[in-house]
Amino acid sequence: MLDKVIFFFFAGVAILSAALMVTRRNAIHSAIFLITALMATAGIFLQLRAEFLFVTQIILYVGGIMVLFIFVIMLVRLDVALHQIRFRLQRLVALLVVVALGAEVSVMFWVARKIPGDGLLIRGSAPVDKLPPNTEALAKSLFSSYLLPFEIASVLLLVAMVGAVVMAKKRTDAQ
Amino acid sequence: MNPTVQALLQFLQTWWVELASGFVIVAAVPLVAGYVVLVERKLMADMQARLGPMRVGPHGLLQPIADAVKLLIKEDIIPDNADKVIFWLAPVVSMTAALTSMGAIAFGPAFQVARDINVGLLFIVGVSSLGLFGIVLGGWASNSHYSIIGALRSTAQLVSYETAAGLAIVSGLLLAGSLKIHAIVDAQYQNHVWFIFLAPVAFFIYAVASIAETNRAPFDLPEAESELVAGYMTEYSGFRWALYFLGEYANMIVVGAVATTLFLGGWLRPFPNVHWLNWLDVLPALFTAAVGVYCARRAGKQPVAVQTWFMWGVAWACFAVAAILAVPLFVAPLKFVVPGLHGAFWFLLKVGGYIYLFMWLRFTLPRYRFDQLMSLGWYILIPLAIVNVFCVGLAMICETEYGWNRWVALVVTTMFTLGTALFLLHLHEKRTAAASSATGVTEQPAPQDTYAG
Repeated sequence: MLDKVIFFFFAGVAILSAALMVTRRNAIHSAIFLITALMATAGIFLQLRAEFLFVTQIILYVGGIMVLFIFVIMLVRLDVALHQIRFRLQRLVALLVVVALGAEVSVMFWVARKIPGDGLLIRGSAPVDKLPPNTEALAKSLFSSYLLPFEIASVLLLVAMVGAVVMAKKRTDAQ
Repeated sequence: MNPTVQALLQFLQTWWVELASGFVIVAAVPLVAGYVVLVERKLMADMQARLGPMRVGPHGLLQPIADAVKLLIKEDIIPDNADKVIFWLAPVVSMTAALTSMGAIAFGPAFQVARDINVGLLFIVGVSSLGLFGIVLGGWASNSHYSIIGALRSTAQLVSYETAAGLAIVSGLLLAGSLKIHAIVDAQYQNHVWFIFLAPVAFFIYAVASIAETNRAPFDLPEAESELVAGYMTEYSGFRWALYFLGEYANMIVVGAVATTLFLGGWLRPFPNVHWLNWLDVLPALFTAAVGVYCARRAGKQPVAVQTWFMWGVAWACFAVAAILAVPLFVAPLKFVVPGLHGAFWFLLKVGGYIYLFMWLRFTLPRYRFDQLMSLGWYILIPLAIVNVFCVGLAMICETEYGWNRWVALVVTTMFTLGTALFLLHLHEKRTAAASSATGVTEQPAPQDTYAG
């Protein structure tokens, strides 16, 4: 009962603030609603007893990425940007993405229906109190079964970082 | 009975301790923060050979309460062109983040709001860093140049120094092997040593970075009053301003608690494993009793009768605390409260020492320039923190895999880290020299200003 209340609270906040984020004109307001949506998602992670994901979501997405978003928004002169011609194909692209996403979700539900049992709901797994600690479980799977993808991802991130530095450096040298 | 009421009752039955301690934190932290401000003013006065606040209460002991009342009844001004909702929300965000992160701090083995969550330390660090949004949004919503420059500086500063602080915490966590607060302190008990002695460089990096994160001098550029009036708080007044202040001081307590937990042995007394030093358990009681004796001696010298009585009251309160700390030591059936009570005492003492260090640095060092701040963070602290993480890990591998003596391994790797620090400093000096020769500005004496003075 309480679990349901908490879930629907977080889910509702997430959906509402995501909708508000898209519809607001003011970029800072959009950013604030994005923060709220991310925080609500973090709450859902916490409710699933994934406390490491919860903290990582807050530290990385809310505390790191969103701070940089707001930093950039404050540096860009928005009034100028608003008067410039907008990206014309925006609506078409958005429509396509929405259709693709909807198709994906419905396919997922359709496939899940064919799985015997409760479909998407996984019941009969370990009770919540008996679950292994999330941090340790995550570390073990990352550094044993998924070591190669993990390393590939970190190399990719490193390449992106070096690329960004090189591009930024070129521009300052040119000036 | 109504099922909703029943569910509520059950909820309260499970969580009443947590709820009650949450209320205690919300109620007590403003008071504590007020007195930290008083201590800071007194210390500043002492270091500048002044008396500081003396009028309200004996030795200014009631000054924080007077200040709070003044701030409450001050006019609350919202600028016309401000973004009203965000302007209203920003200080609340700042304070809420600081207070929420306090929930996971264990002020002693028995004093904690949240149960010992599995990611306790990360939770504290992550949530307290959200207070930045209060500063940034407040600065933006004020619609003033000073505010927005303060907010931008604050963002840049926090993003840079959070990395260094995070990496310093990682070195500590490598030694502790857990994110749980209790497990971290326990690891220091099992190892017979505080982690500050195993990873001194990490502690130093964390101390510097946490000063920058709490926006305190010498890194208080977001509110540098000689350049930006009051930075992001310029347009704030009255109680909203007080909320920012509260958030800042609560954040100081939070970073002090993190440093204490991770590097200074948490609630452990000095030498917790050495049995012939067990008489150290008397120290908390002796310390508070000494404060009480000092207050009693000052009581007779107060100028007004009311102040004499007040001072006697403070003295007796100190004696009562000393008795509470001392009695369980000698009464066998009360022995079980000793770890909790004394743990809280030692923890708060260590946090107080850390905050004292902050204040000392504030009164000693001049403010950094912004480019100096950035280069210190990016060119020195972050590389040094990365090297330090590597070195601490290396020392642990040398100890566990190759059977080195732990101290040898740690001394060697710490030496390596310090060598890196020297190299980084050298590189930095070369870079600044090159930059100044490239722009044609050399270290020449400034031309004499004949109208000066």
